Amino acid sequence: MTILNLLFIVFLGILFFITYFHISNYLLDSYGGRSVKRYNFENSIRVIVFIAPAFIVLFVFILYPVFETIRLSFYDKFGREFVGLYNYKWAVNDPEFRRSILNNLVWLLVVPTLSTFFGLVIANLADRIWWGSIAKSIIFMPMAISFVGAGVIWKFIYEYRGPDNTQIGLLNAIIVSLGYEPQAWLTIPIWNNFFLMAIMIWIQTGLALVIFSAALRSIPKEMLEAARIDGASELKIFFSIIIPYLEQTILVIWTLITIIVLRIFDIIFAMTNGEWQTGVLANLMYDWMFRGGGDSGRGSVLAIVIMIGVIPILAWNLYKHRQEQKI
Amino acid sequence: MKKISLSSILSQLLLLFFVIIWIIPTFGLFISSLRDKDLLAISGWWTALTTTEINEIYRMSGMESQIEEDGYFKIKGKLFEDNSGKKIESFGINSKKINEFKIGDIAIFKDESEVILDENGNYEWRSKSEFQKKKGKRLFTTSLSPPSFTFENYREVLLKEGIGRAFVNTMAVALPSTLIPLIICSFFAYSLTWMRFYGRDTLLAIIIASLVVPLQMSLIPILTIYNDFGALFGVAAKSYPGVWMAHTGFGLASTTFLLRNFLKSLPNEMMEAAKVDGASHYDIFLRIIIPLSIPAFASIFILQFLWCWNDLLVGLVFLDQVPSEIILTAKLKELLGSRGENWEILTTGAFVSMTVPLFIFFALQRYFIRGLVAGSVKG
Repeated sequence: MTILNLLFIVFLGILFFITYFHISNYLLDSYGGRSVKRYNFENSIRVIVFIAPAFIVLFVFILYPVFETIRLSFYDKFGREFVGLYNYKWAVNDPEFRRSILNNLVWLLVVPTLSTFFGLVIANLADRIWWGSIAKSIIFMPMAISFVGAGVIWKFIYEYRGPDNTQIGLLNAIIVSLGYEPQAWLTIPIWNNFFLMAIMIWIQTGLALVIFSAALRSIPKEMLEAARIDGASELKIFFSIIIPYLEQTILVIWTLITIIVLRIFDIIFAMTNGEWQTGVLANLMYDWMFRGGGDSGRGSVLAIVIMIGVIPILAWNLYKHRQEQKI
Repeated sequence: MKKISLSSILSQLLLLFFVIIWIIPTFGLFISSLRDKDLLAISGWWTALTTTEINEIYRMSGMESQIEEDGYFKIKGKLFEDNSGKKIESFGINSKKINEFKIGDIAIFKDESEVILDENGNYEWRSKSEFQKKKGKRLFTTSLSPPSFTFENYREVLLKEGIGRAFVNTMAVALPSTLIPLIICSFFAYSLTWMRFYGRDTLLAIIIASLVVPLQMSLIPILTIYNDFGALFGVAAKSYPGVWMAHTGFGLASTTFLLRNFLKSLPNEMMEAAKVDGASHYDIFLRIIIPLSIPAFASIFILQFLWCWNDLLVGLVFLDQVPSEIILTAKLKELLGSRGENWEILTTGAFVSMTVPLFIFFALQRYFIRGLVAGSVKG
């Protein structure tokens, strides 16, 4: 496909949706409004016109797949024959699966916690310093780039050359200058997971930072002033006023990053492809989508395990939504 | 007073520490993408401003190029091209003593032929007897290379490595994948906020539930649908329109949710007044909602665009990995596998993929942050 063709179909694709809304509404406008009956009819058709595209997409890409994935998890690799709990039994006994779920749990424990912590500390520091907004910009920047781009950046930092060569990776160069042997960081089981997590923390701290910065502004200035006049140290203010005040925000950020980490795929796929015991559920799932021609049963089980991780958050969101509707 | 200034200095230092840690990785990548590829392979990017010592092995020309002059058989030649700015410091004729001779020294081989070398790599190799071998002897050089920066890597990556085309492809994926959900979700969010119909609350609850449903739950069924679609109609669904719709599906819940939160904050009286004046829902949408929503649109556009631009998984599953369809992230991942040692290609490719996000980041940071904060406060 030439670039000109590409430009053309891009244009056509966008135009299609604009035309749909414009023409259907134009027809309705010219039809309706002349009698009460017509007006009501026009309105109910208009609802359908407004909702239909989004609803169809929602149905095809989210609602139907969720149920289909659940169904497929009870079927064989081609999705043809019912096999009961076979795929689930396979998963429980599969060492790769166990390794992945363990890794996922460690990711879930480490990344949201440290990102939130760093974000809170940095937001608090930057709030009181005149060049704080520049600092925030810099720390926030990794949020804009892709996980794969971040992967290349960090792979360069972890780059390993044999002990006789000049190290071009920053980490090994530092290690060597301190008099230690260089290491192939990404191939050391268990520890390599933490080197991968560092990348995610590097990215997600920015997210926590900007949200905390916005939230910090909602703390009444008088309260902080009063505490300072009473001689409270900054550390004391941080722990006794700021943290309790931001409790809700901390929870929100923590869940937000948890959801992102739960489906983490790109970083591991780009850096190690799950080798040296770094695999997580999303990577294993991608693998099983294609391994041996693809196994939709096993792949679905893995997707469901990821889904189970978000169900508490989903339930909590729905509960909060209900509460709001009542008010 | 003294105590306060001490704590202020400490917090400045601490913040500075964080900033340095956070900026160094990206900075290193950027510097590396501008360095000469030979230097990049043998020295750390933090030495980019210093002169680098390079050890190399060259082979002189063989018997064909010999001439007879002043009673000697001579082979003259040049070890490397002039333009690299390299200056040879010392050289050797034996791999065990590569620094044996200085420039200007005459090195004598075992067969009694002699060679002199100047710092630009011009050599003269002479012998009393005629040269008999097709291959010339080896010279080991140690040269100093001054700091040099170049855009050569960018040219190579954009034109030869296919990153340029991948950039265009990514744009062709990301732009419709952002605009289509924005169009259809704005109508959707409008009807969820301002129209009355049966099942509205259920639909809203479904949107809120869909916000956190992981992408992975949809991959296998949609891939099956796409494959069936292709078999049925004879056109590959795994193509641009397919990816746009997939991105639209995965971004639909959050786009609708953010837009609805915004629309809810608009005053109801305005809509009522317009309705009394006889405006239809479409009139209200075009004349009132859209102009008022521009800032919200900007935030959501940026979030969704960055998400699509930076995505790997959707592009990997729903596009063929061929030059006319591969996206930047997938291309980078491919290069990580095939050109893992060519850091000039990797660093430059990564930086090219980051240009658009970084531009958006610096130019439109306000909208970006506003979108993130709006999305998080409730999500």
